Amino acid sequence: MRSLITLLTGSEKNRPASRFLRRFLSNPFALPAVVMILLFVLIAVGTALLSSFGHQWPCDANLTNLEQKLLPPSSLHWLGTDNLGRDVLSRMLHGAYISLTVGVVAVSVSLGIGVLVGAISGYFGGLTDQILMRSVDALLCFPTFFLILTVVAILGPSLINIVVIIGLVSWTGTARLVRAEFLTLREAEYVKGARVLGQQSWKIIMHHILPNAAAPILVTAVLGIPDAILSEAGLSFLGFGVQPPQATWGNIIADGKTYLLYAWWLNLFPGLAILIASLSFYLAGDALREAAEGRD
Amino acid sequence: MGSFIIRRLGLSLVLLFIISIISFFIVTLTPGSPYPWGELNPKISAEVKANFRKKFHLDRPLHEQYALTMRDLFTGNLRSIKDDRPVMLRIMERLPATLALNVTSILISLSFGTLLGVAAARYAGSWQEITGSFVTFIFIALPGFWISYLLAIVLVTTFGVPILGTQSYGIDFPNPAAEWLDRLWHLLIPATVLALGGIAAQSRYLRATMIGTMREDYIRTARSKGLREEVVLYKHALRNSIRPIISGIGMLLPALISGAVIVENIFAYPGMGRLGYEAVLERDYPTLVALNFVVAALVLLGNLISDILSAAVDPRVRLE
Repeated sequence: MRSLITLLTGSEKNRPASRFLRRFLSNPFALPAVVMILLFVLIAVGTALLSSFGHQWPCDANLTNLEQKLLPPSSLHWLGTDNLGRDVLSRMLHGAYISLTVGVVAVSVSLGIGVLVGAISGYFGGLTDQILMRSVDALLCFPTFFLILTVVAILGPSLINIVVIIGLVSWTGTARLVRAEFLTLREAEYVKGARVLGQQSWKIIMHHILPNAAAPILVTAVLGIPDAILSEAGLSFLGFGVQPPQATWGNIIADGKTYLLYAWWLNLFPGLAILIASLSFYLAGDALREAAEGRD
Repeated sequence: MGSFIIRRLGLSLVLLFIISIISFFIVTLTPGSPYPWGELNPKISAEVKANFRKKFHLDRPLHEQYALTMRDLFTGNLRSIKDDRPVMLRIMERLPATLALNVTSILISLSFGTLLGVAAARYAGSWQEITGSFVTFIFIALPGFWISYLLAIVLVTTFGVPILGTQSYGIDFPNPAAEWLDRLWHLLIPATVLALGGIAAQSRYLRATMIGTMREDYIRTARSKGLREEVVLYKHALRNSIRPIISGIGMLLPALISGAVIVENIFAYPGMGRLGYEAVLERDYPTLVALNFVVAALVLLGNLISDILSAAVDPRVRLE
């Protein structure tokens, strides 16, 4: 473990980065979770790259073959085939790409809005803060998934609509957190110093406060990814996700629900994929949070 | 206490106003059409279109539409595009089933979450606790629809018990008790699926606060008096952590109703979540606006009650 930390931070001295990493890796779930996340990213990016070069591995995700429909897992189709004879493994690999895209893009959108609102609210305070935070309180009363479902259904489901809407609806937690960080940090000596020196507000926010709030923001980002993945899977399952024939993990389960009692592989494998992917992000996020809070 | 309640009520009214704005405009401003027919359908005469627009106030400017919709909502005149029945009536029909499901689910979350959380704080750092916390993370990461189906397969194929709806049909119950047990069984399965996330959230939250509490001096005093560990945990330490549990109820509600959209759909349970899904399928704008508003207002009410309860058990809250 020590050599790994040395490798990643470049020195074994007690620098903040290596201390942070040591605390992170002291969590028993941290390393397995990071390995699973890397594997997930590798699969998603690899599948996208291969298919952009015209290579389909193990076979085309949308190739139907009615003579081979609903086959259980075998050496030819490792995870079986669905009701149209499509290879479940190929479809799941493409589903990984969709899930990763949804997670990363939706979190980027929600992080952008959340940090902006939280920073303005926490730094300037006063009436602006009151208006923004009461809106956040009101938005927090809404059941997020139902709100997403409502808007996606009216707007029409597509990958871009889904990621943007998930992002637009789920920034409230980030905004609250960033505001709390800003409330503490704006009273810090170095921020007061910068203000006395006459530095502009946005420069103080960008150069002095935001870098010091980076750790908790990173934690919410990592914890937001599985939320988005689960939301997309739920939408796909209800028929309002990324539309067929595009393979997503939720779509495979939704397509397979008719054959539930004898084609268990259509339910089990994609479900496990969603579970393992989101579990890894939750565990990594929790380990990051503990490391950021400075618990050894 | 009186001024605290008044302040909280005032704040809630402001929030209710913002909620009404969000729930109206998020449905109305989204590009898309509320018409039950295709916009360019040549078979629909101009007169029918005009009548429809007039009936649902679509011929007015947006802010008037908002005011009229809210007026109709509160006077009970807001009607569904789908079946022309008052929207509030449709929601009220579903309310008992929804309340039964959510209350059961919250009770399950709180009881199991508290037990797990206290145990986790007691055995913090041991391998049993680490395994337990791994399981709670699985509860959070489980897709609700997937675990519902797995449960359905296992229960239906191995035990042969019916699980859909609110009760079994086509069976003559020997006595009323058997019928109630049947209803309870139909309630417990979706409620348990919905409660999984809550159990996890509650136990992790409680674990964190309990570990802090266990370092307090009065806990050491209680131990050195020779009290049993269970008494120290449940009577002394848990009492000081009761506030997060109460405020946790308010936080659980939105997630519960979100989950209910999927779980009620799978278990054919006639609650508000299923009504919402039906309204989404039918593009029933008035029902969608009303449902989003009513659910958010219920959550607001839940938060208000939990705040007042917190203030009642912990006077420090009133000054915050």
